[in-house]
Amino acid sequence: MKVLVKGGRVIDPANGLDLVADVLIDQGKIAAIIPDGQSQADAAGGADKNPSAEVTVIEATGKLIVPGLIDMHVHLREPGFERKETIASGTRAAARGGFTSVVCMPNTQPVADNRAVIEFIINQARSTGVVNVYPIGAITKGSRGEELSEMADLAAGGAIAFSDDGRPVMNAQIMRLALEYAKIGDWLIIPHCEDLNLSAEGQMNEGYWAMLLGLKGIPAVAEEAMIARDLMLAEMTGSRLHIAHVSTAGSVQLIREAKKRGIRVSAEVTPHHLVLTDEAVASFSTSTKVNPPLRSEKDRLALLEGLADGTIEVIATDHAPHTLEEKDCEYNYAPFGISGLETAVPLVWSELIEKKVISLEKLIACLTVNPARILGLAKGSLGIGEEADLTIIDPEMEQIVRVDDFVSQGKNSPFDGWQLKGWPVATIVKGRVVMKNGQV
Amino acid sequence: MGLNRKDVLGLQELTAEEIQLILDTAVPMKDILSREIKKVPTLRGKVVATLFYEPSTRTRMSFELAAKYMGADTMSLAVATSSVQKGESFRDTAQTIESMGVDTVILRHSVSGSAQYLAKIVKASVINGGDGTREHPTQALLDMFTIREKRGSFAGMKVVILGDILHSRVARSNIWGLTKMGAEVRVVGPPTLMPPEIDKLGVKVYYQAEDALEGADVINVLRLQLERQQKGLFPTVREYHQLYGLTPARLKLARPDALVLHPGPMNRGVEIAPEVADSPQSTIVEQVANGVAIRMALLYLLMEGGSSSEGIS
Repeated sequence: MKVLVKGGRVIDPANGLDLVADVLIDQGKIAAIIPDGQSQADAAGGADKNPSAEVTVIEATGKLIVPGLIDMHVHLREPGFERKETIASGTRAAARGGFTSVVCMPNTQPVADNRAVIEFIINQARSTGVVNVYPIGAITKGSRGEELSEMADLAAGGAIAFSDDGRPVMNAQIMRLALEYAKIGDWLIIPHCEDLNLSAEGQMNEGYWAMLLGLKGIPAVAEEAMIARDLMLAEMTGSRLHIAHVSTAGSVQLIREAKKRGIRVSAEVTPHHLVLTDEAVASFSTSTKVNPPLRSEKDRLALLEGLADGTIEVIATDHAPHTLEEKDCEYNYAPFGISGLETAVPLVWSELIEKKVISLEKLIACLTVNPARILGLAKGSLGIGEEADLTIIDPEMEQIVRVDDFVSQGKNSPFDGWQLKGWPVATIVKGRVVMKNGQV
Repeated sequence: MGLNRKDVLGLQELTAEEIQLILDTAVPMKDILSREIKKVPTLRGKVVATLFYEPSTRTRMSFELAAKYMGADTMSLAVATSSVQKGESFRDTAQTIESMGVDTVILRHSVSGSAQYLAKIVKASVINGGDGTREHPTQALLDMFTIREKRGSFAGMKVVILGDILHSRVARSNIWGLTKMGAEVRVVGPPTLMPPEIDKLGVKVYYQAEDALEGADVINVLRLQLERQQKGLFPTVREYHQLYGLTPARLKLARPDALVLHPGPMNRGVEIAPEVADSPQSTIVEQVANGVAIRMALLYLLMEGGSSSEGIS
């Protein structure tokens, strides 16, 4: 079984490729990349003397062919919160959004702090999922921040990294121990940086808009103080740190300086923090309620700068689906989170490429090879012989976001009704087309 | 001319002209209160509901009396005795009330923005009776009515708002209203009870009571919620009183004829000394009566659109 993706602009930052070509997939692997003008019959024929009958052709003229996108920060909610999302619905949302791999956070019920839950997620993804799923294990038991989880057993069961995402490890000694223990396998620790004393009861970013709207603020320093602490602990232990959902100018600066000092740190930013500011909360729409909160314009510009200068090397959605009932209530009572998988690509396209903030190659790297390298995944590349995960993006396609069209169960998006450009039009996982023209 | 809007959610969105209209309309309303028979038929057949998610005595009584004096029927839902206690959602409660044919809903809620949320759900008019720490428009309007009644206008008037600005919806609404009408507004309180960037609303920020009170025409003293101390926002009630309590000595720093306002309920001896609360400069008792007049005016302007002035003048 072969697939030929024809005539698109192939951009593969991992291999430094940017050319118009056909991509030939055979047995779920990348078989050949045939530059435009070369006879495809030669190449295809070289692999098989009788090609036409068995080759599925996907026309990609005028479109981008990129390595399958990787979202290293999603909440699939299963087990435990299946009314918000399941592995089946969440991976379909990923496919619709152009992602071929997702990395899911352990704040399920029960928490993925033991091997059984990790194995359940992997098995459930195999039987009900449509994209690759890599689970993250909890740093501490129950993500309570008190005692380390069985990290080695979690890793042996398939946990790809460790995080208590949704909650910080408030106790500095526990975080120090986690970073030291992680040396066993040079595991990656992904902290959720938030000082809970500073952020207590906060609903939105502290500042002008919180003052105006009468909502309790979450100051930037609640994030920055914890990032500073974790960077110092990473420097002391020499272990690897990846800062989840960076949202403030001060955080960007801390990470930039840490990198200069040689601390092993990487960082991610979400599309919503790149596009929106706390002014959006003025609508009192609970779809704007997210943690970390939407920040000021100064913060947003610093995040763009951080992406441009390489301080931030990953774009991840922090896809956090919730039910309609949970979000249809008074602002303070709504849970934090934005359903982000199905709007990520057109948002970053419209914000970063149309506005010429970063190069196309850099954007694709932030969504492919960069997260793959940080996670140690053999993904994010179109190298010959690699598993054929591909995403096709139509840079000219413009359409309106409709949350009712989301395949995610979480319709909680502040982008409902937005006109966006640059949509994924096909998602191919291991040679199998799992999304075409928005249909999963 | 009436108010050409469905809801009154805050003074932020009202124009100076609209505020002027409400204050002007409250003048004849106040006369009704001093009549032998305090009832006019203007809003006969209309229904006003109060939906209170937070304890309140004076605001709710004031709205209910205002509606009754205007001839409307009233009903009230207090959360402690409703199905909200059984877990009913805000939307369901709102729709239930509306389906009973209510024309105007008065909402009091502890969460900021709830008035906006209700206004989107129901077709009825919504009057914000205080939402979280955001706005309490009718309190600010009655404060402004009281000031105007005593002083004639707002232009150039130095108004001090004293106390817990951070948690005060009364402060925010007063700031919007007074600055729109040309007053100079000063806010003063401990830095831990001062919201960041409040200066961007065009007010002067002080941390020393004495500095703020210098030459003031009006002092609006805010209630100190004693639970704020438990959260460590200030060290003790004793020190708060020492620094920010409106004492006779501090009152002397203001103009000799300065007015003292307080939205109530008062903590005597905490934010305000009893001698000041009971002094001739205090308008605290009059504010309550003015509150009924302002709410009558608002109900009239929203529900009747000002098209008929039957029985008012």
